[in-house]
Amino acid sequence: MTIDLKARIPAGPLPEKWDRHRFDMKLVNPANKRKHTVIVVGSGLAGGAAAATLSELGYNVRCYCYQDSPRRAHSIAAQGGINAAKNYQNDGDSIQRLFYDTIKGGDFRAREGNVYRLAQISVNIIDQCVAQGVPFAREYGGLLANRSFGGAQVSRTFYARGQTGQQLLLGAYQALEKEIAKGGVTMFPRAEMLDLIVVNGRARGIVVRDEVTGTIEPHLADAVVLATGGYGNVFYLSTNAKGCNATAIWRAYKRGAAFANPCFTQIHPTCIPVAGEHQSKLTLMSESLRNDGRVWVPKRTEDCAMAPGDIPEQDRDYFLERKYPSFGNLSPRDIASRAAKEVCDEGRGVGPGGRGVYLDFADAIRRVGEDRIRERYGNLFEMYQRITDENPYQVPMRIYPAVHYTMGGLWVDYNLMSTIPGLHVAGEANFSDHGANRLGASALMQGLADGYFVLPNTLGDYIASNKLEPVAADAPEVQAAVTDVAARTKRLLTVKGSRTVASFHRELGKIMWEHCGMARSAEGLRTALELIPKLREEFWRDVMVPGEGADLNQTLEHAGRVADFLELGELMCRDALHREESCGGHFRLEYQTPDGEARRDDEHFAYVAAWEYAGETRPPVLNTEPLVYENIKLSQRSYK
Amino acid sequence: MSGTMQLTLKVWRQRGPDADGALQEYQATDVSPDMSFLEMLDVVNERLIEKGEVPIAFDHDCREGICGSCGVMINGVAHGPAKGTAACQLHMRSFRSGETLVIEPWRARAFPVIKDLVVNRGALDRIIGAGGYVSVSTGGAKDGNIIPVPKPDADAAMDAAACIGCGACVAACPNGSASLFTSAKISHLGLLPQGQPERYRRALKMVAQMDIESFGGCTLFGECQEACPKEISIDFI
Amino acid sequence: MWALTLYRSTIGKKAIMAVTGLLLVVFVIGHMAGNLQVFLGAAKMNAYASFLKSLGEFLWVARLLLLVALVLHVLMAWQLTQIKRNARPIDYARRDPQVSTVASRTMRWGGVLLLVFIVFHILHFTTGTVFPAASTADAMYPAWSAADVYGNIISAFRTPWVAAVYVVAMLFLMLHLFHGAWSSVRTLGLTRPSAHPLHRRVATVVAIVVWLGFSVIPVAVFLGVIR
Ligand SMILES: Cc1cc2nc3c(=O)[nH]c(=O)nc-3n(C[C@H](O)[C@H](O)[C@H](O)COP(=O)(O)OP(=O)(O)OC[C@H]3O[C@@H](n4cnc5c(N)ncnc54)[C@H](O)[C@@H]3O)c2cc1C
Ligand code: HEM
Ligand code: HEM
Ligand code: SF4
Ligand code: F3S
Ligand code: FES
Repeated sequence: MTIDLKARIPAGPLPEKWDRHRFDMKLVNPANKRKHTVIVVGSGLAGGAAAATLSELGYNVRCYCYQDSPRRAHSIAAQGGINAAKNYQNDGDSIQRLFYDTIKGGDFRAREGNVYRLAQISVNIIDQCVAQGVPFAREYGGLLANRSFGGAQVSRTFYARGQTGQQLLLGAYQALEKEIAKGGVTMFPRAEMLDLIVVNGRARGIVVRDEVTGTIEPHLADAVVLATGGYGNVFYLSTNAKGCNATAIWRAYKRGAAFANPCFTQIHPTCIPVAGEHQSKLTLMSESLRNDGRVWVPKRTEDCAMAPGDIPEQDRDYFLERKYPSFGNLSPRDIASRAAKEVCDEGRGVGPGGRGVYLDFADAIRRVGEDRIRERYGNLFEMYQRITDENPYQVPMRIYPAVHYTMGGLWVDYNLMSTIPGLHVAGEANFSDHGANRLGASALMQGLADGYFVLPNTLGDYIASNKLEPVAADAPEVQAAVTDVAARTKRLLTVKGSRTVASFHRELGKIMWEHCGMARSAEGLRTALELIPKLREEFWRDVMVPGEGADLNQTLEHAGRVADFLELGELMCRDALHREESCGGHFRLEYQTPDGEARRDDEHFAYVAAWEYAGETRPPVLNTEPLVYENIKLSQRSYK
Repeated sequence: MSGTMQLTLKVWRQRGPDADGALQEYQATDVSPDMSFLEMLDVVNERLIEKGEVPIAFDHDCREGICGSCGVMINGVAHGPAKGTAACQLHMRSFRSGETLVIEPWRARAFPVIKDLVVNRGALDRIIGAGGYVSVSTGGAKDGNIIPVPKPDADAAMDAAACIGCGACVAACPNGSASLFTSAKISHLGLLPQGQPERYRRALKMVAQMDIESFGGCTLFGECQEACPKEISIDFI
Repeated sequence: MWALTLYRSTIGKKAIMAVTGLLLVVFVIGHMAGNLQVFLGAAKMNAYASFLKSLGEFLWVARLLLLVALVLHVLMAWQLTQIKRNARPIDYARRDPQVSTVASRTMRWGGVLLLVFIVFHILHFTTGTVFPAASTADAMYPAWSAADVYGNIISAFRTPWVAAVYVVAMLFLMLHLFHGAWSSVRTLGLTRPSAHPLHRRVATVVAIVVWLGFSVIPVAVFLGVIR
């Protein structure tokens, strides 16, 4: 252990921690705020909210995103909803309960302090968004409507049709545009952060490539915020947008920021299966479908080719109902996903490549009628038909699990500051609140909590309590970072080999999915740890990136991201191999109960694994932050 | 599924903002009907790259029809033939094998071409910046249930708010007008009590910005509504 | 001041367009009603005409109003067209309109044709500057006379091409109104949202009535229904 991980959780009873802390934090004199520049990388829920709010407070903000507009950040794709402990339904919800559900859902691998604060703030988020004009679903009485979501017995999820993420993001985006028009925020769209600038041990800026002109320049500031989202695209196929990448956090990691729990990835059970080699991304089908759909595969491999309608009842295996009688088709994401993989591994999968299971609505339609089903899931059925050209009212849907979310990320303390002073990390990019498994509708909550309410406070404390001399653009550290990026970019362009970037990305994805996906084993992970470096070596020897660096070059952008994935993937496998237990999204075949459930090892692994970069040639160093539970007693999750 | 398709593409290639472009012909061979339109372009591009040629640049990200990044004119129709569908959700089974597809970028003075099929839609962001928001700062918001919102209003607001900012309405409009995009935002906020106080100021400023960005005026051709992947209605105009 | 901003903004131009347009519509309908009196015989028609003339200055006020409306209307049309040109400097190599009507797409040059027609028309009937004498031998009403409007009409439309010009012009008027009468009302925001935004009963009726109302006259005269 070389860095000591100070979580900086304030003292005192849980409910008072955040309030006390806010009082103890130093404030920046309003007159001086304009003099302080803050860089916010990312315009999603976390970044957009932070940039807008910091500007409202008076800071001089610079915001970056790789898309052509901040409104396109991947948060836009979130469907289901956002949790908040409002207890409008009076069904016994409370901050304490949201806190507990989130810790338990995370399989007891998250910090009590952070999660409790999240539950407290959840309430303010809804109020803030309503004030911004977010058109949340309403009851006829005019009050806010709620739906239930996985992992909770109360109805606390707020939503706007199937486009909750879009509406929340547009709220933040409109606030951001307001501040841009006022001049408080300078927006840099089509700009990719390619490195972090660290001066005297503090984060003081970033190196940015303008995607249109190709110019590579340093941007300096008093503090840097990374809100660059998740790294699920390491698997090539995921529900993430094509552009989602790990570059920003990965370069920060290589500049000294610890990377926490990289192997904690969430795999969502209900996605539309792969249709062929050409597949470029996977589409999520809302979890809610499992309320009425029955999941099954044929009992016999021979039947798999048959039309589902021709397979008689007694030859069908409703495996979720069989394995988890009490939760059945509604068993949680990680469990349902693994069960589906198992039956497909047994060769009983259906559809192209035998990688799919049926989600059958025939019974539900017989029970409540087609109209009721259309009412409930009409838009989802349409989307499914648009993509597969099959009518789910007549033939069962085919679904298969897909990579969806990454709980791991850069390690941060209670103030959302990484192990590099001045470098703050928000949203999916940090590791903070979801432990080993995220509950539905809680990522939006976390992104907005970080952006609207936490960072604006803690960042001020950092700026107020540190003396930050201006950094010269020609300072050696700055120049070094710029030359590094330029050299790396040139290298990618000069290989001019024979393989496309996409082909490397696909191959990496297959390796990760096979060995570091839903079910992992020491043996598989070791194989991956041999394959990945080989692939990386081939990449740098044989990749083909046409064109030059002086204009819009999407292949070059992709190449840079894949190069980083090729390194991150290795760290993920390393982390998965070291964590000799099963918890949440991380399932190790060696560590399961006799009936195939995850077996946690709280004695040895109730800690955060924070990896520290040690140079190209040396393996990363493992640092650990023990997780202490003062208010919750650890228990095993059972859904039987 | 059904066999593969062969298509001829006539794609607008333009090196940079100032370079002049032209339609270039490409063959898209053994295309699967299950591919999305963008996946078909991916395949064409991979073959170009294997030959060391510069691939066709086009905007895309979510590929779920929600981020609004994608969008091209396909045979003179914004986002292609399928109604209420963005280019990334358009599947090749909407075309016939042997067809020729003319693929062009959005065309409008306010949307300068950056490269090939990629245009700069910053003007839409500036229209929002001109007034497409509710002036509340973070913190201090009252409880979300203090002002009830009648369900029909909330639903109507949501219909308007569904706009993904893709710019297809501008591209499809014979006048190059951004009226559908702008009116959608004005209506979304105007329909909600939270947006009421500023509604006149908002409308005036946004419409003025529309002129500044040199979009055309609306003469109610109705093409925009037809092109809109979210089927936003011109009633909002 | 506000008038200026109105004039400057695209929306303002459209509003002016709509108002003047509607004014013209009103006139045209009234005018049609008036003209239809030819069917009631020479006496009535001429009476009506001279009544109009007897209004003296009122008539001039009306004419002035019309003129202003028309000029503004055309001016705005011109400017809007320029803005539109400017909004899309490079046109598509291929474009395929989905729902826009012929009417909506012919507003501009259709309008110009109307302008031409109106000029011709005034020179024709009001001043008589251009008045091709009836070709047919048994022409009962040879020359133009300010007093005998009825006569003017009859003899005018005895000439095949004159009648033709009018009928054709009326077709364009119908198209122009089919789109115009509808869009102007929307422009001024006088409509309720509907399930079929592209539906327009009223406008259709107006357009067809005006078209028939005007066209019957030349046709009737030509076929010698009225003489
Ligand atoms: C299909 C789908 C459905 C989901 N549904 C739900 C749901 O119902 N409920 C829920 O709670 N959560 C849901 N999630 C999860 C949730 O949407 C995300 O975790 C959350 O939105 C992440 O927000 P963010 O601000 O952290 O990152 P993002 O929204 O991903 O924003 C990342 C930003 O960083 C920028 N960026 C990234 N890299 C760089 C770089 N190198 N340089 C410059 N800029 C960069 C991007 O341009 C973007 O602006 C869903 C996720 C998916 C994929
Ligand atoms: C004289 C030459 C004319 C020209 C050049 C002309 C041109 C135009 C143009 C370009 C438009 C705008 C296009 C549109 O809104 O779709 C328009 C609209 C209109 N015109 Fe004309 N027009 C002329 C005469 C007339 C006449 C004689 C009438 C009435 C009988 C008329 C009634 C209208 C109406 C009601 C509109 C709708 C205004 C709106 O859409 O806001 N116009 N005209
Ligand atoms: C068959 C169709 C029409 C007939 C028979 C007709 C007949 C006439 C006659 C006889 C006059 C002269 C009236 C007078 O001098 O007292 C006149 C004037 C006029 N008509 Fe028409 N007209 C027709 C269609 C139209 C149309 C379609 C328009 C416009 C779009 C129009 C616009 C005018 C105008 C502006 C005047 C001048 C009015 C004035 O002098 O104040 N007419 N018309
Ligand atoms: S209104 Fe429709 S077409 Fe126009 S930007 Fe919005 S979504 Fe796209
Ligand atoms: S097509 Fe254009 S003219 Fe108006 S109705 Fe739509 S903006
Ligand atoms: S790529 Fe996001 S809408 Fe098409």
